[in-house]
Amino acid sequence: MKHCKWLIGLYCLVNVASSLAATGKLLATPGVSQVEGSAGGGLVPWAQLAGYASADEVAINGFCSRADVTDYRLDVCGVQFNLFDRVELSYAQQQFDVPALDTQIEQSISAAKIRLYGDIVYSEWPQVSLGMQHKELQNGALASLLGAKDTKGTDVYIAASKLHLGALAGYNWFWNTTVRYSEANQLGLLGYGGENSAEKLLFEASSAVFLTHQVAVGIEYREKSNNLGLSEQDWKDIFIAWFPNKHISVTAAWLDLGRIAGADDQTGWYLSVTGYW
Amino acid sequence: MKYGLYVFALVVLLSGCRATNQLSLYQQLDGQQGIEKLVDSFINQIGHDSRILEYFKQANVAHFRQGFILHLCSVTDGPCSYTGDSMIDIHTGMNISEKDFNRVVELLINAMDEQQIPQRLQNTLLERLAPMRSEVINI
Repeated sequence: MKHCKWLIGLYCLVNVASSLAATGKLLATPGVSQVEGSAGGGLVPWAQLAGYASADEVAINGFCSRADVTDYRLDVCGVQFNLFDRVELSYAQQQFDVPALDTQIEQSISAAKIRLYGDIVYSEWPQVSLGMQHKELQNGALASLLGAKDTKGTDVYIAASKLHLGALAGYNWFWNTTVRYSEANQLGLLGYGGENSAEKLLFEASSAVFLTHQVAVGIEYREKSNNLGLSEQDWKDIFIAWFPNKHISVTAAWLDLGRIAGADDQTGWYLSVTGYW
Repeated sequence: MKYGLYVFALVVLLSGCRATNQLSLYQQLDGQQGIEKLVDSFINQIGHDSRILEYFKQANVAHFRQGFILHLCSVTDGPCSYTGDSMIDIHTGMNISEKDFNRVVELLINAMDEQQIPQRLQNTLLERLAPMRSEVINI
């Protein structure tokens, strides 16, 4: 009997939560969650703001992702808030495992994004947003050892996204380009800046095709700087994202992260789940 | 850079497929008959959505049906031209939100699914209708 009450209570709670959930955008149009916690693809932040909130709604999302490459593993979990599809606030916690050194590096990222113009589906020109990601290493010993100048830094980026309905032989085609100012070495997990600090404006891009209402396949590219002189290489991935409804998305990807801290050919799998309310 | 070229090549390749289809969108949707069935499905979808049905409280359903059939015939390059009231005139005062507009788009997608219209034709039809959003919402 007591259990029954609990179940009814839980059922009501879920009902209330789902009736309050933001659903004002079209399925899949918010994108998923990238490794620094912003709405985007897997690697690249996009111009869309996280979640299904439209102009008079608020959305809250939670996500967790894992990237498992040859010599390293990265786990990220975070939350995102969307205020009236104008402002996105997010917080993410990264945990980077280096089994060879029996070391774990943790980093927190507080980020904000503001939509400057447009709507990825309806506006004539692409949606454009301006974002920043403030990152702080919790243990910077390895970063300092490798020659990084700082253990925290702030990236600033501008992103443009557009979904073209029926553009690829009738299939919906999505693209995003992002230009980022950053001093981060490997997302900042290896600190910020270094002896070789030079070009700071980095180019990132994503492209995807929707095979059905619910499934998109695509590619991503993220340019990297080489501040530490460790031949840091650009990142690439091929992904498939599944949006069964407006409450969950699942993304899987094949990553090619190149050389990381002296270890070549870091390839492997990526899996990410985002829940939307 | 090499990566970018691959993407570009893929885009050009896929866009090329479009040119081979000579039938109008109207014909691909099975003409007048197909459009009438689609609009009837759509009206049925609206009838089951209490939030959207609210907007149609004062509406004459037969008039809406006739107008929307004509409108779809016209935007799909069918043998008709839409002569009804302008989108702005129809929607002024309704104050339709982004959210409700997208809900109506979803109901239209549901109707197209119900009529088993292939995904690619659905997208092409939505692409023709999308530019009218600014004449419909928040007025």
